[in-house]
Amino acid sequence: MLVGRIHRAGTACLLSIPTLSLTGCVPDQSALHPASVEAQQVATLFWVMAIAGGVIWAVVMATAIYAVVGRWRPTSERFADRFILWAGVVFPTIVLATLLTYGLGLLPSWTGTQPALRVTVEARQFWWRITYERPDGTRVETANELHLPLDQVTEFALISPDVIHSFWIPVLGGKLDAIPGRTNHLRLTPNTTGRFRGVCAEFCGLSHALMAFDVVVQTRGDFDDWLSRQAAPARIPDAAPLRAAGCLACHSLRGVSDAGRIGPDLTHLASRKTIAAGMLPNTPEALGTWLTDPEAVKPGATMPGYAMLPAAELDRIITLLGELE
Amino acid sequence: MTEDAARERLEQVWRSPTGWRSLSDVNNSVVGRWYLVTAFAFFLFAGVLGLIIRAQLAVPENDLVSAATYNQVFTLHGTVMMFLFAVPIFEAVAILILPAMMGARDLPFPRLSAFGFWCFLIGGVFVCGSIFFGAAPDAGWFMYPPLSTEQSGIGADIWLLGLSFIEVASIAAAVELIVGVLKCRAPGMHINLTPLYGWYVLVVGAMILFAFPPLIAGDFLFELERALDWPFFDVARGGDPVLWQHLFWIFGHPEVYIIFLPSIGLLAMIVPTFSGRPMAGYSWIVLSALGTGFLSFGLWVHHMYTTGLPAVSLGFFSAASEAVAIPTGIQIFALIATVMLGRTRRTVPMLFSLGALATFIAGGLTGVMIAVAPFDFQVHDTYFIVAHLHYTLIGGMLFPVLAGVWYFFPFVTGRQLRRRVGIWSFWLSFLGFNAAFLPMHLTGLLGMPRRVFTYAAGSGWAELNLMSTVAAFVLAAGIGLFVWDCVWSFLRGPSAPRNLWQAGTLEWLSPSPVPSYGLRAIPQIESRYPLWDTPDLPDRIDKGQGYLADAPEGLRETLVTTVLDAQPQQVLRVQGPSWLPALAAVGLGGLFIFATFKWWLAVAASAFVFLPALFVWLWTGTAIIPEKPDKDIGGGRRVGLYLSGSRSTGWWAMFITMTGDLTAFLSLIFGYYFFWTIHEDFPPQWATGPGWVWPLAAACLALLAWGATCAARSSNAKGRVPLARGLLLAGMVLSLLSAAALLAGPWLTGLDPTRHAYPAIVWAIALWTALHLGTGTVMQGYCLLRSWFGKMTPAHDADIHNVTLYWHFALFSALVTAATLGGFPVLT
Repeated sequence: MLVGRIHRAGTACLLSIPTLSLTGCVPDQSALHPASVEAQQVATLFWVMAIAGGVIWAVVMATAIYAVVGRWRPTSERFADRFILWAGVVFPTIVLATLLTYGLGLLPSWTGTQPALRVTVEARQFWWRITYERPDGTRVETANELHLPLDQVTEFALISPDVIHSFWIPVLGGKLDAIPGRTNHLRLTPNTTGRFRGVCAEFCGLSHALMAFDVVVQTRGDFDDWLSRQAAPARIPDAAPLRAAGCLACHSLRGVSDAGRIGPDLTHLASRKTIAAGMLPNTPEALGTWLTDPEAVKPGATMPGYAMLPAAELDRIITLLGELE
Repeated sequence: MTEDAARERLEQVWRSPTGWRSLSDVNNSVVGRWYLVTAFAFFLFAGVLGLIIRAQLAVPENDLVSAATYNQVFTLHGTVMMFLFAVPIFEAVAILILPAMMGARDLPFPRLSAFGFWCFLIGGVFVCGSIFFGAAPDAGWFMYPPLSTEQSGIGADIWLLGLSFIEVASIAAAVELIVGVLKCRAPGMHINLTPLYGWYVLVVGAMILFAFPPLIAGDFLFELERALDWPFFDVARGGDPVLWQHLFWIFGHPEVYIIFLPSIGLLAMIVPTFSGRPMAGYSWIVLSALGTGFLSFGLWVHHMYTTGLPAVSLGFFSAASEAVAIPTGIQIFALIATVMLGRTRRTVPMLFSLGALATFIAGGLTGVMIAVAPFDFQVHDTYFIVAHLHYTLIGGMLFPVLAGVWYFFPFVTGRQLRRRVGIWSFWLSFLGFNAAFLPMHLTGLLGMPRRVFTYAAGSGWAELNLMSTVAAFVLAAGIGLFVWDCVWSFLRGPSAPRNLWQAGTLEWLSPSPVPSYGLRAIPQIESRYPLWDTPDLPDRIDKGQGYLADAPEGLRETLVTTVLDAQPQQVLRVQGPSWLPALAAVGLGGLFIFATFKWWLAVAASAFVFLPALFVWLWTGTAIIPEKPDKDIGGGRRVGLYLSGSRSTGWWAMFITMTGDLTAFLSLIFGYYFFWTIHEDFPPQWATGPGWVWPLAAACLALLAWGATCAARSSNAKGRVPLARGLLLAGMVLSLLSAAALLAGPWLTGLDPTRHAYPAIVWAIALWTALHLGTGTVMQGYCLLRSWFGKMTPAHDADIHNVTLYWHFALFSALVTAATLGGFPVLT
C-alpha cells in the first residue's frame, strides 16, 4: 500500500529529527506513533495531507516569486481570468472533493460489530473515574489507570459531573469531550501492547495541565486476569487509621466502605503505577508528598493536606496504601 | 484671490481644535489615528502576555508564573488580540483611509466614530487592567460554561461586560463604515468603480452586523446566569453548556474572516500600485469576498467537532469548511495574477505582502487539514491548532496590516519610513514567527494539549518548546524594530512627496502632508484608478475645479450620493468637534463597569450621564433643518441640503443598526428552540405560563402602536401636524401597554426564572422585547418633542421616518416573541 509506505517513511523521518531522538524515550503520547486501528488511519491521513499540502505550498509560492522576479510575462488580460479559473476554482475543487471523500470515510462507523468491552469514564477536576462493565453485569471501579484488551473494540461512555473535559489518548485515536448533562460515546481498537498516556484536552480549570492517566494495552488473557483482581475487595489488615484520618469520607475502599464518592477508589491503589492522575510515581515518598501538600502538586485539587497528622500516623497510612495490591 | 480665500475657509472649517480641546475632535483622520495607536498599544500589551506564555513554557516544569496567573495570561492574550486588536485595527484603518479613498471629506457620522473610539479605549483599559489586580478572566477566551459560570471570579464578569461594551464600539464602526461606503462615494464612482478596499469594508461591516449580535445575546444570557442565577447553561436545571458554544462560535468563526478579509483588501490596494497596473479579476475578487463572508457563517461547528455530534453534522460542516477555501484561493490567485501581469517594484510593503502570502497559505493548508473531522479529533485543542491559528492570523492579518502601515504611513503622517529598517524588521519578524510556530505543529502531534501551564520533563516536547520560545523573542524584536521605526520616522523621517508610490487611487490625490480638509475639491470619478487614467486630475483639483471647493457657510460638508451609481443627492453637514461623544462613552462605560462590581448607585449615576449626553447629541446634532433647501456644489449643480426616508444616511444607519439588533433577538429565539430540541419535555409539564392570552394581547397592542407611528408619519407629511402628535401620544401609551402585557404573562403565571431554563429563556426574551418596546416609546416621545419645538415639520421629517423604520423591526420582534412564547406551547 502506498499510503502505508508514506506513513512508515514519515514516521522514520520524524524519528530522525535530532530534537526528538535527544529525549531518548519512546513517545507514549504521540498521535504520530499510533497503537490502534483508528489512530493508524488518522496518522496516515496526516502524512498524505502534509505531503500534498507541502507540495501545493511550494508550487504556489514558486509561482508568486516567479511573478515578482520572472522575465516572461503574460500579455493578455484574458490570462488573469484563465489563471484564476484553473488555479483558484478547478484545481482546489478537485483536490478538496478528493480529500473529503477520503477523510470522511474515516468517520467512526456505528453499525455492525458490538463492542467487546464497555467502559464508563467520568472526567472530574482533575482526575478520571473508570468503571468497567463485566459481561455478568457487575461493575468494577478504578481510577486514573485504564487497561484495555488488545485487538478488541472498547466502547467508552464519557461523562462529567463538573465542567467540560476531553478524553484523549493520542496513540489510540481522536479525542471526545465529556460534557455535563451528556453522555458521549467513543470506540477505540488498540493493536499494540504497551503502556501509554492519556490527557484531558479541554481546558478545565486551574490544574487542567495536571490531569493525565496511564493506559495499559494488554492481551485479552492478561486483561481478564487484571480485571478479576480489580473486582476483588480490598485486602487490608486494619482500615482503622484510614478511617480515623477521614480518608474514607471521600474515597471508597471496597470491602470496607463504599461511601466515598468524591475522590478516586483506593481498593487496589498499589496496583497502579502513578498517583494524582498521572502526576507522581506511586512510591511511598511521592505518596507522602501528595498527602501532606496536594496543593503544591496540583493547584485546586479537592484533596485536603494532611500535614497536621503525626509523622507515625502518616507513615502508617502510607504503608497501608502501599499494601493495597 | 478668491481661490485662496476658499482654501482658507475650508482650512478654517476643518481645523482640529488644539490643546486639551483636541480630545473633543471627531474628524475621521484624527479619530482614525487615535484608534490605530490605541489598537497597536493593546497589540503590544497582548504580545507581552504572549511572551510570558512562551517564557513559562520554555522549559518543562517551569514555575515562572503560577497556574492561576498563567490561566489569566493566556485568556487575556487571546481576548485582547481578538477583541482589542484584530477587529479594532480594521475599524481604525478603515476610518482613517476610507473617506479619502472614496473622495469624501469625512464619514457620515464623525461623532459616532469618536463615540466608538472612546468606548473602545475605556473598555479596553478596563479589561486589560484587570490582570494587574489578579482579577483577569481565566476561563479561556471562549469562556465555556460551566467553568466560567460556576467557578470563575469577577474576571468572568469583566470579560462579559467589558467586551459587550467594546462590541458596541464595533457595531458603531460597522454602521458608520457601511453607510460610508454606500452613500459617501465621490460623484460618478459607481459601485463597480469602488476601490476594492471599499468592497471589503462593506462585506466585513455586514459580517460584523450578523456575527457580533449572537455573542451579545450570549453575553446577555451569560450575565443573567451569573448575576441573577437564571440557569441557561446549568444542566441540573434544564440548561445546556453547549448552547453557549453555538452562540460563541456563530460569532467566533465569522470573526476570523472579519479579521482576515480587510487585510486582503489592503493587499488589493498595495499590490496593484507596485505592479503598476489595475488589479486583475476585479469581479472575481468582489464575488469571492461576498462568498467568503457568506460561507463563513456556515462553518462554526468545526470548532465543536469533539462535542459528540452525529456523523451527518460532521460531514456537512467538514464540507462547508473545505468549501470556504475556494473563494479564499481565488482572491490569492487574483493577487498573484496581478503581479504577473505587471512590472513589480520591490518595496518593503511588497516584501511584507509576500511574507503574508507565504504564511497565510501555510495556515490555509493546515486549515484544510483540520476541516476533515477525523483528523481534527486528533489535533483539536493541541499545539497543532495553536500553530494553525497563528499562521492564519499573522499571515492573514498582522503581516498585511504591517504592509498597510508601511504603505499608508506617508499618507497619514507626510513622512517616510526607512527602507533598510523595514527590511530588517520584516526578516526578523518573518523568520522569528516561522521558527516559533512551525515546530508547534509537531509539538501538537506529539500530544501536547493547549492551555497547559506546564508539562512533564519526560514528555519529549522540551526542545521544541525551547525553540519556539527563543524564536518568539526574535519575532518580538522584529515587531519592536517596526514600532521604533514608526515613532522615529514620525518625528524625524524625511518628508514624503505627493503620491510617493505613484498609486492610482484617490487617497493619493492630496498634497503631502494631507490638509485637514482632505481634497481641495471633490472630483467627478470615471474610472477605478483616476490618478492613472486622468493625469491632469491633481492639477484641476488643486485649482479647486470640482465639487464643494469652498465652505461659504462655515460648515463641514461632504457629499451624499446614490447607492449604485453615485449621483449627488445631498450636501451632508457633518458635525464638528464636541465633547458629547466622549461624555456619552464615559457614561456608558460607567454603566457597564460599575455593573461588573454591582455598584448599583454608580450605575444609576452613569446612566444620568449617558442618557442626557445622548439626548443632547441627537437633539442638537441630527436632522437639523437647513437655512435653505439646496446649494450650488460647483459645476453648476444644485443639490439639496436635507433628506429624509430611505435616501438619507440616518435612515440607512437605523436600518443597519436594527439588522444587527434583530440578529441578536433571533439568537435568543434560537436559544428557545435549542432547548426544545434537547428536552423531551419542553415546555415542561409543570410550566403554567406564560399562557397565550397575555402574549396575544401584547402582539395586538404592538400592532396598534406600530400603526399609530406609521399613521403619525403620513399625517405629518400631509401637514396634519396636530393629528400626527395625537397619534404619537397614542402610540406611546400603546407601546407601553404592550411591553407591560408581555411581562405580565410570565409574571402573573408565576414563572420563576431561577427554577429552570424554560422560564429563564421566556423571561429573557420577554424582557428583551419589552425593552425594545420601551425604547420605541421613547422614540415616539422624541418625535413628539421635535414636532412641538418645530425641529420636525411636514417638509423636514427625517426623525419620524427613522422612528417608523425602528418600529417595523420592533413590531416584527414583538410578533415573533408572542408567537414563540404564547403560540408555540399551545401547538406542542
